[in-house]
Amino acid sequence: MPVFDLAVAPLRDLNAALHAVGAGANDTHFEVINPRGHHAVAVGADAPVTIAVRGSVGYYCAGMNSEAAVTIHGSAGPGVAENMMSGTVVVEGDASQYAGATGRGGLLVIKGNAASRCGISMKGIDIVVHGNIGHMSAFMAQSGNLVVLGDAGEALGDSLYEARLFVRGSVKSLGADCIEKEMRPEHLAILADLLARAGVEGVAPSEFKRYGSARKLYNFNIDNVDAY
Amino acid sequence: MSYQNPPTPPRKSATFDDYTLAEIRRAAATGIYDIRGGGTKRKVPHFDDLLFLGASISRYPLEGYRERCDTSVTLGTRFARKPIQLKIPITIAGMSFGSLSANAKEALGRGATLSGTSTTTGDGGMTEEERGHSSILVYQYLPSRYGMNPRDLRRADAIEVVVGQGAKPGGGGMLLGQKISDRVAEMRTLPKGIDQRSACRHPDWTGPDDLEIKILELREITDWEKPIYVKVGGARPYYDTALAVKAGADVVVLDGMQGGTAATQDVFIEHVGQPTLACIRPAVRALQDLGMHRKVQLIVSGGIRSGADVAKALALGADAVSIGTAALVAIGDNDPKWEDEYRKLGTTAGAYDDWHEGKDPAGITTQDPALMARLDPVAAGRRLANYLKVMTLEAQTIARACGHNHVHNLEPEDLCALTIEAAAMAGVPLAGTDWIPGKSGF
Repeated sequence: MPVFDLAVAPLRDLNAALHAVGAGANDTHFEVINPRGHHAVAVGADAPVTIAVRGSVGYYCAGMNSEAAVTIHGSAGPGVAENMMSGTVVVEGDASQYAGATGRGGLLVIKGNAASRCGISMKGIDIVVHGNIGHMSAFMAQSGNLVVLGDAGEALGDSLYEARLFVRGSVKSLGADCIEKEMRPEHLAILADLLARAGVEGVAPSEFKRYGSARKLYNFNIDNVDAY
Repeated sequence: MSYQNPPTPPRKSATFDDYTLAEIRRAAATGIYDIRGGGTKRKVPHFDDLLFLGASISRYPLEGYRERCDTSVTLGTRFARKPIQLKIPITIAGMSFGSLSANAKEALGRGATLSGTSTTTGDGGMTEEERGHSSILVYQYLPSRYGMNPRDLRRADAIEVVVGQGAKPGGGGMLLGQKISDRVAEMRTLPKGIDQRSACRHPDWTGPDDLEIKILELREITDWEKPIYVKVGGARPYYDTALAVKAGADVVVLDGMQGGTAATQDVFIEHVGQPTLACIRPAVRALQDLGMHRKVQLIVSGGIRSGADVAKALALGADAVSIGTAALVAIGDNDPKWEDEYRKLGTTAGAYDDWHEGKDPAGITTQDPALMARLDPVAAGRRLANYLKVMTLEAQTIARACGHNHVHNLEPEDLCALTIEAAAMAGVPLAGTDWIPGKSGF
C-alpha cells in the first residue's frame, strides 16, 4: 500500500504515481498523510483505485477524477472534485466553494456543509450534501442531481438548465428561472438511490422538495429582460 | 424682381450618420440589441499606421533568395516538459466547434498542419476531426467547460486558459439555439435548440492567486508536459500580462479589439477593449520588467492580415501571432462567389457577420448539413496553407530587408509611425522625427 507523506514527499510524486496505475496493478490503495491544505491533491486519477486522504486539503482535491474512490478525512478547500468524470469522492468534513463544479459524472458526498456555488455548472455529476449549501449553488447547472439534506442559501439554481435539485430543508431564495416542481415517483426513486449510495440513513425521499428549471430563459426573449 | 435664397443643399449629420439612424430605427422596431460575429469594424490605429525603415548605410540587408531568415518559434519553454515547436510564428486562434462546422475545424487543422503550426479548439470541446487533422492542437480551457475532460487535456499539445478575448473583454458567449445540432448539444451536455450561454468568469476560480492554483492543478493532471497559455482580451495589457506570468503561464495570448468572436453584442465589440496596436508594448514592458521577455512567450492576435502585420507585431516584441478572421476568409468565408445568397440574407460578401444565425452560404459558421457540405476541408486546408505560406514569406522579406536572419530579431527600432496616435501606442518615432509621444525627454 503506497503511502505519501506530503509533509516530506513532493505533491508531484503522489499524482505521478496515481497516473502510472495501469490495468492489473497490485497497488490499488493509496494513503495520503499530512496533506496540510495542499492544493491539487490526487488530481486526474484515472483508474479504479481507492485513495484515503488523512487530513484537510486545499483547492481542487480529486479534480477531474475518473474511476477512483477518494475519501478526504477532513475538510476540502475550493473546487473539490471539480469536473469529476466518474468514481466517488467523499468529504468527511466541510467543503468550501465550487464543490463539484462542472462535474460530469460520479458521486460527490459532503458529510458536512458546502459553501457557495456548490454544483456550479454541473454537467452530470451527482452531489449529496448532508448539511447546508451556500448561495448561488447549482448556478447554470446543466445536468445531474444535487441533494441537500439541510438548507440552501440565496439564489438556488440560478439560470438552471436540466439538473435536478432536491432540498430537504429551507431554501432562502430561488434564482432566476428556478422553480419548485412536482416530485414524481421517478424522482423519489432517484433520490432513494442517491441517499443510499451516500450513506444517508433514517431520511425518507418524501421529506425533500424538488426544484428545476422553468425553461423560460432557454431562448432569449426581450420580454424576459428583467430576469437577466 | 423677387429675391430668392439660394437652395440649401441637404446635409447629413456626422454624428447621426446613415448607419446610426438605421440602428436607432432597428432598435426601436425590435427592442433588442444587435448581435453579430467578427471584431470591431470601426477604424482604429493599426499596423497600417507603421512602416519599416529598411536597411541603409547604418544596417545592411540580407539577400532575399540566398541568405536564411528563420521563422521557427518555440512556445512553452518556462515550465512545460514538452514545449511546442512551430515552423512559422503564425498560429490559428481558438474557434469553437458549434460556432464553426466540423468541416471548417478540419480545414483549419489541415492547413495548420501543412504549415507546421498549431490550431486551437474553442468553446465546444475537442472534435475527433480536429484532433485527427491537427499535428499541434491547443486545447482551450474556458469558463463554460463545455466538453472538458482529462482525456482531451492529455491528448492536447498545449492548454490555453481563456480569461478573455479581444472582441469582448469581460464578456461571455452565446451560441444561439438554431446552431445547436444533436452533436453540438451532446458535446455541451445541453438540450438541443436552446441558447447556450458561456459564462464570463470561470466557475471555480477568481483572481490571479486562484489562477495560479488552477494552473498547478492542470499541470499536475497532465504531468507537467503541456505548455499552459493564458489568453486575455486587450483590456489592461500591462497588468494582465504581469499577473498571468505571476500565475505561472508559459505563454500569454493577447487579443486586441479587432479580434473576432462568433457572436456577441455589437455595442460590446465596438466599445470595450483596446486596439491590438495599443496592447503590445505594455504587455512586452510587463514581461521585460519581470525579466521574462522571451522566457514567457507572447502571442498577439486581433486584426493580423498579412506578413507585414506579422512582422510589425514581432518587431514590437511578440513571439508569434494568431489569426482567426483571416483564416476563415482564407478557407472561404465571405467569398464573393456566394454573393447572390448573401443578398438574400440582406447583406453582401465582405460584410456578412450574422454568423450566429447558422445560415452561412460558405458552409463555415453553420451546422446545417447542406451548407456544411459546401466546404471541402481538404481544399480549404490547402488554401489556408497557401495563405500562411504567403504571410511567412512576406514577413521574411521584411526581416531580410531590415537585416535580420530571424524574424524574432525584428525590433522597434526598425519601425516608424505615420500618425501621432500610432507612434504613441507603438512607442516608435513619428516618421521624419525623433518624437515618440509619451516618452520623457522629448
